[in-house]
Amino acid sequence: MSAPIRYRRPLPGTQPEYLYPNYASSIKRAPTQPLVSMPHTLSEITGPQFTEEDFKGSGCDLTQQSSAEPLGERIIVSGNVLDENGRPVPHTLIEVWQANAAGRYLHDVDQHSAPLDPNFTGCGHTLTDAQGRYRFVTIKPGSYPWHNHHNAWRPAHIHFSVFGPAFAARLITQMYFPGDPLLSYDPLFNSIADKKSRDRLISVFDWDTTIPQTALGYRFDIVLRGREETPMEEPSGKRRKK
Amino acid sequence: MTTTPSQTVGPFFHIGCNKMMVSNLAGPNVSGTHITIEGLVLDGDKNPVPDAMIEIWQANSSGKYAHLEDEQDKLSAPEFRGFGRTATDQNGRFRFTTIKPGSVPGLEVSIQAPHLMISIFMRGLMKRLVSRMYFPGESTNTSDPVLNLVDPIRRETLIARAKENSPESLHWDVILQGKDETVFFDI
Repeated sequence: MSAPIRYRRPLPGTQPEYLYPNYASSIKRAPTQPLVSMPHTLSEITGPQFTEEDFKGSGCDLTQQSSAEPLGERIIVSGNVLDENGRPVPHTLIEVWQANAAGRYLHDVDQHSAPLDPNFTGCGHTLTDAQGRYRFVTIKPGSYPWHNHHNAWRPAHIHFSVFGPAFAARLITQMYFPGDPLLSYDPLFNSIADKKSRDRLISVFDWDTTIPQTALGYRFDIVLRGREETPMEEPSGKRRKK
Repeated sequence: MTTTPSQTVGPFFHIGCNKMMVSNLAGPNVSGTHITIEGLVLDGDKNPVPDAMIEIWQANSSGKYAHLEDEQDKLSAPEFRGFGRTATDQNGRFRFTTIKPGSVPGLEVSIQAPHLMISIFMRGLMKRLVSRMYFPGESTNTSDPVLNLVDPIRRETLIARAKENSPESLHWDVILQGKDETVFFDI
């Protein structure tokens, strides 16, 4: 069997490091030994695939999970999942979770004094379509305090989990909102050294998907690792056939 | 175009990820040796991590992945996706039941020893950790092309231990820091 066409490695500064002392929880959890670099085998270039049949019912409208609508500003979050080569990533599972409009998660661990919303779970999922597009209807999450440092507040964000075509392409990230004054104080957002990459986490306000009298649109495109264009070189310097 | 940066899964991932929790990967009809895997996730102070999420990706018992790019002429197992996911409990424990995977091809002509692909997410990790779990007493471990990239004294961290008199009950811990630190891969 020929060597698989591998997924590209990230450029320096475009992904966070494990140890980032400004993020206090990383200190006792980041690995201390160097990672072992390895080539890609069949195990890395394959990965779990999902279909609509894996879920009961639709999960892309977080405002319609109860008999009444949740409180807060209704928004539409949509975009494309694509790879570094610009190719769409179709039929891939996206899971989202978020705080409610008051900045509170429906979770035992969240002890923030802001109220829960009986009509909002903050949980959604969808599959990208054949062109790699996705769309959620939700409410804008609130900011909330945390214990990382004195007067620490998280900027409003939505968590995204994306599987992509392969184990190597798996990504969990967070989407932020444009113009949020908390972004410049947030150690998680600022853990990415390269500004252009960091700014990729900020959604773009989008008139085109805004629905008059109904909901504002935000666009968030997600770029997963792409394949190298050519097979890996053999040690002898000869190229393998595809 | 550069990739979207990773961000931590945070402490509240259960909200979004619980729908696809799969701690039992293989129903009774799936062929292969049925196994259990139990373990602990421990931080740099050897304290249990109660908010980690662990995902598995594995081949079926004949060594074939449920994926289009696996073109091997081997038996597929329609009822076996090969995906597992669970969260650690209050005491940092996790548990999976699955089947032992077969061998899959390595690079060039080599064969990989049976292994599970592991992703580890948690608060405090800005991006996932990637590891592999191998099986004890497996003769192909010594020739596995990935295990052979690892310093021999650290290789043991990747090989599960079988419980006494019960080879189907495996134990494998994730040690995040220190002397016994689990080997993590840069893929």
